[in-house]
Amino acid sequence: MRVELSVNGQTHAVEVEPRLSLLDCLREKLSLTGAHAGCEHGVCGACTVLVDGAPVRSCLMFAVQADGYAITTIEGLAPAPGELSPLQDAFCETHGMQCGYCTPGMILAAHALLANNAAPTRADIVDAISANICRCTGYAQIIEAIALAAERIRGLNQPAGKA
Amino acid sequence: MKPAEFDYARPRDLDEACAMLAEDDARIIAGGQTLVPLMAMRLARPKRLIDISRIPDLAFVREEGDVVAIGATTRQCVLEHDPLIRVRVALLSKVMPFVGHAPTRARGTVGGSLANADPAAEIALVAVTLGATLVYRDGNATGELAAADFFVGPMTTALPATGCLTAVRFPCWRDARIGVGFREVNARRSDFAFAAAAAQIAVDDDGVCRRAAVGIGAVTPCPLRLDTVAKALEGTRAEEDVAREAVRLALAEVEPLSDLHASAAYRRRAAATLAVRAINDAYHSAGGAHAR
Repeated sequence: MRVELSVNGQTHAVEVEPRLSLLDCLREKLSLTGAHAGCEHGVCGACTVLVDGAPVRSCLMFAVQADGYAITTIEGLAPAPGELSPLQDAFCETHGMQCGYCTPGMILAAHALLANNAAPTRADIVDAISANICRCTGYAQIIEAIALAAERIRGLNQPAGKA
Repeated sequence: MKPAEFDYARPRDLDEACAMLAEDDARIIAGGQTLVPLMAMRLARPKRLIDISRIPDLAFVREEGDVVAIGATTRQCVLEHDPLIRVRVALLSKVMPFVGHAPTRARGTVGGSLANADPAAEIALVAVTLGATLVYRDGNATGELAAADFFVGPMTTALPATGCLTAVRFPCWRDARIGVGFREVNARRSDFAFAAAAAQIAVDDDGVCRRAAVGIGAVTPCPLRLDTVAKALEGTRAEEDVAREAVRLALAEVEPLSDLHASAAYRRRAAATLAVRAINDAYHSAGGAHAR
């Protein structure tokens, strides 16, 4: 089947079997390997992408279901080549990752949180990443990273002098 | 690719979807949050998937007289934040944050959760507790089932094999003071519950319970409404000993599920405690304790 996908602002027409997951389509057809294949049955969150801004498990969606939505992958977050988004920066600074396998999913889940809630509490942050499993960090630095990014983004949005 | 091969169809309307369902081994997909994992493990191998998620008339939330009707493909994340649900079906609002996780609620639908009939499903528990009505289409005929008749066993419903759930109607209570309570235990927040309890209570100006609905989930093969408990609470101030004794008697008759995670004895004990707490929460949030 032919399907048109809008990924990170670009439209791609791809020919897929109906059983190809959105995750496999992104990775194999579009070479966007940032979304990771973990459990591939909806438990671990490594494959998280944004669909119309909401975090979604791309292993639980077939590519043929994804036309007409705005899909954002981790590759779509950086403002320019060689740069990082405030969340990505914060993850680096606080050591919010070790092996990195869960990181794209964590960052996208956090991105969706901060888009709707500029000043999340610790409980909000924990809830937002509760669908994503990390087996390295123990989560503490991930929570720290998201809180730091939220603080910085709020600072950027303050009038000059108040940041 | 993990699932077995299948054909994919996206009917334009319900008539077309129902015609397709009459064909061999076709399965409906809406949110796919349970079906797709089953397909990935090849526990489900449908020949054809009929995607109803974009049929325009199946996603809605609206008040219809004394009920709130919710279209089958309404996303769970929509219910979570819907202002009408919050006011008119407060118990449903209360459980929504416990239904899976945000990423599964973003795709998962209310009809999908009901038709899937997991014993631990929170939406099903609310439907049984409040006495919701499920509406379906089968070919050209429409049908209705009371929630208590709809759920037959774990992952099993009375929906005809070629039927398509179209809506669920939750009754609204018009009493001035209504409170709701919901409690569940699970290994981690938002995982499948080992036991759950829901309660809705209406009190009068004197803080006397006038009407109650109590149900338990994840304990028995289908959610279970405890009518004897509701009856026992009426005319009382939902005192803890009254609630505890009524719940104990009601649960003495049930045969709880038992599995690796929670034994039957544990489920019975947990359900009793959760039901008493849910009743207490409902009574207090109705303002019972602060009435004259």
